[in-house]
Formats: sequence, C-alpha cells, structure tokens
Amino acid sequence: MVERVPPPPAQPRSRLRVLLASGAAALALAAGSIVPGVPLGAAPQQAQAADSGKSTLTVAVAQSVDSLSPFLAQKLMSTSVSRLMYDFLTNYDPKDNHAVPALATKWEPSADKLTWTYTIRSDSKWSDGQQATAEDAAWTFNKMMTDEGAAQANGNFVANFKKVTAPSPTQLVIELKEPQATMAALDVPIVPKHVWEKVGDFSKFNNDTKFPIVGNGPFILTDYKVDQYVKLKANKDFWRGKPKFDELVFKTYKDQDAAVAALRKGEVSFVAGSPALTPAQAASLKGEKNVKVNEGPGRRFFALATNPGAQTKDGKKFGNGNKALLDQKVRQALFLSIDRKTIIDKVFQGHAVEGQGYIPPRFSTYFWQPSADQSLAYDPAKAAKLLDEAGYPLKGDQRVGKDGKPLDLRILCHATDPNDKAIGKYLQEWWGKLGIGLKVDCLDNVSVPWYAGEYDLAFDGWSVNPDPDFVLGIHTCGALPVKAKDSATTDNFICDKTYDELYKKQLAEYDPAKRADIVKQMQSWMYDSGYMNIIAYPNAVEAYRTDQIKSIKTMPEAAGNIYGQDGYWSWWSAVPAGSSSSDSSGGSGSTGVVVGIIVAVVVLAGGGLFIAKRRRTTADDRE
Amino acid sequence: MTAESTPALVQVADADTEGPAQAGPSAARGPRARNTKAYLQYVAAKIVGAAVSLFAVLVTSFFLFRLIPSDPVKQMTGGRPVSAEQLQSLRRQFGLDQPMWRQFTSYVGDALTGDFGTSFQFHAPVIDKITEALPATLLLTGTSYVLYTALGIWLGTRTAWRNGSMSDRFNTAFALTLYSVPSFWLGLLLIIVFAVGIGPIPGMFPTGGMQSGGESGFAYILDVAHHLVLPVITLVAVGYAQTLLVMRSSLLDEMGSDYLTTARAKGLRDDVVRRKHAVPNAMLPTFTLMFVNLGQVVAGQILVETVFSWPGLGGLFYQGLSVPDLPLVQGLFFVFATAVILANTLADVLYPLLDPRVGR
Repeated sequence: MVERVPPPPAQPRSRLRVLLASGAAALALAAGSIVPGVPLGAAPQQAQAADSGKSTLTVAVAQSVDSLSPFLAQKLMSTSVSRLMYDFLTNYDPKDNHAVPALATKWEPSADKLTWTYTIRSDSKWSDGQQATAEDAAWTFNKMMTDEGAAQANGNFVANFKKVTAPSPTQLVIELKEPQATMAALDVPIVPKHVWEKVGDFSKFNNDTKFPIVGNGPFILTDYKVDQYVKLKANKDFWRGKPKFDELVFKTYKDQDAAVAALRKGEVSFVAGSPALTPAQAASLKGEKNVKVNEGPGRRFFALATNPGAQTKDGKKFGNGNKALLDQKVRQALFLSIDRKTIIDKVFQGHAVEGQGYIPPRFSTYFWQPSADQSLAYDPAKAAKLLDEAGYPLKGDQRVGKDGKPLDLRILCHATDPNDKAIGKYLQEWWGKLGIGLKVDCLDNVSVPWYAGEYDLAFDGWSVNPDPDFVLGIHTCGALPVKAKDSATTDNFICDKTYDELYKKQLAEYDPAKRADIVKQMQSWMYDSGYMNIIAYPNAVEAYRTDQIKSIKTMPEAAGNIYGQDGYWSWWSAVPAGSSSSDSSGGSGSTGVVVGIIVAVVVLAGGGLFIAKRRRTTADDRE
Repeated sequence: MTAESTPALVQVADADTEGPAQAGPSAARGPRARNTKAYLQYVAAKIVGAAVSLFAVLVTSFFLFRLIPSDPVKQMTGGRPVSAEQLQSLRRQFGLDQPMWRQFTSYVGDALTGDFGTSFQFHAPVIDKITEALPATLLLTGTSYVLYTALGIWLGTRTAWRNGSMSDRFNTAFALTLYSVPSFWLGLLLIIVFAVGIGPIPGMFPTGGMQSGGESGFAYILDVAHHLVLPVITLVAVGYAQTLLVMRSSLLDEMGSDYLTTARAKGLRDDVVRRKHAVPNAMLPTFTLMFVNLGQVVAGQILVETVFSWPGLGGLFYQGLSVPDLPLVQGLFFVFATAVILANTLADVLYPLLDPRVGR
C-alpha cells in the first residue's frame, strides 16, 4: 500500500539515535526524574528526507480530513486535497482569478444562453494510464444529479442543470434550466468513471481504502493516516507539467503553537494559520533565520450585521430585533461611529485592511468602494445628528426613543473569537459616548439566537469565492427560511426587491464586465442600506522555511497568500531549496549528539550518586 | 424524558449502598460457604448496578448533546456554497428531520445492538471511528498510567517513610507544583525545549503526531516510541502527584500503628517492615484511586492529545463536539462512561478480596 523508497544508508544511524533517545527517556522516566533526562540527540526528520534524495514539502494543517471522496468532503482541507488529486473543468488565473483552461480547453454558451459546450483536452491521463475524457465529466455530473449521496458536497453546482452529455471524448454539453453566469466556475472535481462506477453507496464511500488513488491532478495521493497525514507524490504526467517537489505531505497539527514550533525546527516547511497566524506568532517568527512570514490579502470579510426584522419566505415576522434598527438612519449612525482604523491597528494589530465593499479587494474584478459622498467614514458628530433626526434625542447621557425607552442594543459575539470580544469593547465605548447602551452576548454557538432572529446586531464574516454568486445569494428573499427559526441559507434575513432583481440580472449576464458592474451595484445598495457594515478584511498570515522552499507562487501573484488558494498554484509551483538545508541540520545534529552525551553522563552520574546515597541511608537505618 | 433517567440513577445509588449493607461485617465470621455466597450476591448487585448505570448513560447521552444549541448541518457546510435543497437532503440523511421521540427510540434501539450510527462529518460508522482511534489513546494514556501510578506509589512510600525530611518536603512540593500546572502548557513547554531545542539543548523529539509515516516493522515501533516520549512525560508529570499524595497520607496514617512497632520489635529490617507490613495496608485507598484513574485511560486526555496532535479519542471527541456530530459524541460519551463504570465495578468486585472487611 505504502510506496516506500528503500531505506537510505543514513537510516541505521538515525534509528540508533531514536532508540537511544527513546530508551534513555524511558530510563529517565523509570528512575523517577521528573525533568526528562536529556538523551542522545536525534537528527531532525527533515535531514532524513534530504538523505533519501527525495524532495518533500511538508505542510502543517490544522484541520483533519473528513472524507477523501470529492462527493462528500466539506472541510477546506479535504477540498484542497481534491483540487490536487483531480482536475476541474476550469481553473482560476493566479493574477486576477479569471477562468483559465484546466480539463476543459474552451467553453462557450449557445445563443439562447441555455446550452454550454466544453472542449475537453486530449492530453490528460488518469494515473492508471487511461485517457481522461468528456465521458468522465458527464458521468460525474450525472451522478451528482441523480444520486442524493453523490450530491452532498457539490450538489449546488448541478441544481440548475437539465441534461449533461458527452457526444464525443473531447466534447461535453451541459443544458441548463435557467441562464447561469457561473458556468466557468464549477468547482467540481471530475473523477474517473471506470473507477467510480464500481462504487455502491456514494454516501458511505470515503475513497480511503486503496492507494494510490487514481487521479489526474498535479499530485497523486499515495498514503493517508486518519488525523495524522496525507501523502501525495508528484504526477509526472500532469498536462501542465510535473510539480517541482517529489512529495507533498499535509501533516495534522491540532495546536497551532505546536505547528509553529515544528516550522521553527524544520520539521514542516509551511504553516498556515487557521485562518491566520496570530499577531504574536507572526511577530515571533519574523526574526527567525530561514523563515519567511508571508502576509497576503485575505479572502474573508469581517462585518457587523444588523437584524432587519427576521421573517419567513412568506413574510411572517419572528424574532425580537430592536425596532430602532428598522430605521436606515439609526443603522447608518451606528456605523458612522465605528473607528475602523483603530480596530485595524489595535485589534488586528495591522494584519488586516480597512473594510469597504462586500467583496474583498483580493477579487479585483468585483471589488467596490463607496464614493466620497456615499462613504460612512468615522464621524461621531454626523452620527449624533442622524440619531436626532431619527427621533432618538439625547436625554441626560442616553438616547431615548418616542416611547420614552432608552436605546439599548445587544450584539451576538462568538465566544471563541477574541477579535469579536475586543471589538465589542470598543463598540461599547464608542456607542456609549453617543448615548447608546450595548450588551455584548458572547456565546459558544451563536446560531440558535441567530436563526431565531433574537438579536439586534451580530459579528459576521464569510470567506468569499472567486465567483461571488454564493455570498451574494445569501441575501436574497429566496434564501429566507420556510418556517420561523428554521435554519436556511439566509445569512441575515435581508429581503429586498431591488437587490433581488440585481441578483437575478448578474446571474444571467454572460458578459464579465457587465456582470461585474451589476455586482458592484448590489454592493453599493447593501452599503447604503446599512444592513451590513464591512469592518475589515483580515489578512492571511502564514510562514514557510526558505531553506526548504526556494520559491512559491502566491495568489494574487503580486503579494498574495499561499494556503487555501483557488487552484493548485502554490504546491504545484513550489521549488525546493536544494541541498544546503541538509548540511546545516547535519551540523546541529552532531552538536546535539555531543550535548546529549554530556547530559546523559551527568544524569547517569547523578543517578548513581543518588542510589549510592540511598543504600547508605538504608544501612544507617538498619543500625 | 429526562425524568426517566433520574430513578435509574437513584437505583444505582441504592445498589451501591445495599451491597455491603446486606452482608455487613457481622457476616465475616460465618462459615466459608456462606462467605462465598454473600460475596457472589455482592458481586451480582454490583453488576446489576453497573448495567443500570450504563443504560442511564445511554439515555442521558442522547439528551445531553441535544442541549448544545446548534445546527450540525449548517455548521458542517459553513463557509461553502450550499443550496437550500442540499441542506434539506443532508438533514434527511442524518435523520434530523425526524421528530425527537423517533430519533430517540431508534438511537436506543440501535445502540442496544451495538450500532451507534454513522458519523455526520466522517461518513463512517461511529464504531469504526472509535476503534480506529482507541489504540492510540490506550497507548498514550495506558503507558502514562502505568508510569505515573508506579512513580506515585514509589515516591509516596518514600516520602511518607521519611516524613518531615528534606526529600519529603522537596518531593511533595515538587509534585504539587507539577500537579497544578496546566497540562497543555507543560506540553508546549516541553515541545519548545525538547522538540525544537533551546540554547545548548538540541531538539530531540518530534513536535507532534504519532508517527513519521512510511516506517514498518521495528523502525515503526521505534518511531512511535520516539513520538510517545514527550506526551507521556507530560501526562506523568501532571498525574503522579495524586497517587503520591494519597499513598503518602495513608502510609502516614499507618505509621503510628502498634503492629509496626511489633514488627520492628521482632527485629525486622526497616525496609521489610515497610514493604511487607505498612505498604500493603496503606495501599487500599491508593488501590481505589488506581481504578478511578484506570477508567479514565480510555477517555484520553483531550488537551495533551491536542497539543501533541495525538490521533486518539480525546481529539476525536473534540472534533465531534465542534459540529456537533451527534452520533459520534454520543458513541464516545457512552464508551468513556462504560470504561469508568467498568473500572469502578471491577474495583468494587476486587475490593473485598483485598480488604475482608468489605462486602462480607
């Protein structure tokens, strides 16, 4: 099962070291010394890899794999691995995220916008030698359309499909029910039909029993140990070219500090944050030799959402959101009194960009900024004026409504997110100055009051895809729940005719420039409404060892991030640093042995003295 | 429904007190046959009590994890583009669209036949996930258990025997200090010092995980042993104090006893008096503690398993809770509780054999 290179000549020596290290430690434990006795040094693992002549890129990841079946996998870790194992119809350009060829070399819609024809490349082979064809793609989509078990992960992509056929090995035809602009952004791994048609129950098949797994992506998965590691080897036949590293290993580190320690030691080549390294971790790594901290624009936004009055699809109101927030002026006043710059500086400690439109600037095609007169920049005086106009004058130090009740609000915060708590404190201070009371409700799980509409404001955030359709869709009326308190696709109960019309228009618009323009109009509407206030776009902060990775592609190419890219660019492009690293670790290894021997001698001598002393005491006692 | 579990728990408590009360110390002087019969009755009562407790745990676990306010489906698909139809279909597959009472009856029915359902997030039978992770936990916590128990008893005996001496004070204080250290913090410290290396100390051990991957045979065993060192040291360091203190205090209680003076007066060597006379009597409370700890070997150590990325049950439980993956957490909770109940029952059953005053 496990493809293993024969043990390198250096192995016996390191085995001995491991044996000595383990044995000595066990001895130290048995002898009852609490501070572990320092045994003989063992060379860092990375040196072993270098000895065997294989270049290995080890990536520390926080998530474990939920499934290796692309039909079931939900976690980012698993979907990233799918991206490496199987080719998709299209990929995203690392520069600006526009669709570029992958398994399909060309794609075009019919005149009525309802039929898409894809040309499938003829130079893509499955790792068992068979040709990858349009038949494989058609089979994959049809399976998802007909088998509920196969639709679990990516069913949304085929929801609007009417029929999928493969008239020839290089031609794939997809017929749609309604026009859909996201046809070049179908993030669906295409699997080999001849392997997968043997699968019985798709809802239970995890694709993790037979290795290597047949695929046609840049890497072939060769080994997997639950909760420990995923090993892949470079696919030498990959149509875009073979990856530069021979082997890619994702190693699970459940504790991020331990992962950072592993990077410092050289045990892993790359550490991604989840979603970012903390400012303290980044700062501690910055001075480190052979370590580069990479900071790129994140794909997430961090926002403040107001409750616009929770309602069901058929308009039944529920929840207990504060009525004051139904007034656009009050919502805007709240946002006018948030000093976003302070939040970036103090809470994110500079590792974020000030928020504006709904889509982060990383996705340049869709990024939108308010004009100068539209902008709701920090302006407490204007906020106070708006509150006066809305009928909440200041009485004493409190804003009081027409009903004589003071304006007191609640905000939902994630107890697990320190940023939420810290920002909550700032909001209490700023809004307090304005005369508004704020109760910060930090909960382990905010979803129940959220679905129930029992909140006034909430800290919100989404990871955005290169195609913004999904994050835009969660604010349409169609996303509202059928029954009160049911969870639904809605994020925030927003339902507005203008917005919905724009949403439909953008989805049916096949001209990229025109579509981008509509998406920007939607963001402008959302900004003015005050329902969602984007506070920041947190950066992706990650680090890698320059003595193991010589170069690696970021996305966007100029100053972007590495982990969790759209596409396989980072790991496919990474270039090994050469053999210099094994020299340095060999050196530290021998220093380790010397120090280890000295310490072991001290421990043994100490132990001997201790035992001798004990014997003598027993003899004394006897007398 | 929860009311149903309450009488069951009360019953357990009854069984606990009834056992020894029924055949109290007065029976101890009866004929041997009667003793055996009384003992068997006592054992039977304990086993019935354990069975009732297990059923109560089964029932409780169902409701306990449904108290966590969350929507597993939304949590799992969080951050991904998912259509409303998909959410609905997932909910149907997981049986979450069924009324609570039906979910409950099918859960209890299945569990009684040993089927704990399919994990939501891993799409695999819960039993498979548990058996997959169990060996890792048993290896880690089992090794630590043996070491910290042995170390605790040994040091506890020594410190008590030299009560008031410099080494007694030092050992007790040192053990108490380690006992109050958070295990994850100590683990991280050990990683920084002995895995990464600091100053003249080289990095000698892996920073995490259970194996490097790719080894087989003897090399694999060595590799796992190498990975085992730091987490075991962490668990032993924070764990041995408890045994030490119990052992120490019970031995101190024995030390003034007349039978020890008698033994000494017979001219026995000091360490014979200690090993043959004092320690066996002082062992009883330690014995109880050992079984309490034994039950927890299965549950693993969530924090230590997390810091060292150990692929055991503790980590699995954490992953299950974060969704919450109801079948997985229910199954794990039941396994954890079973281990504790079995260990306690075993202690109850064995105790009369060690201390004739109990159970006869």
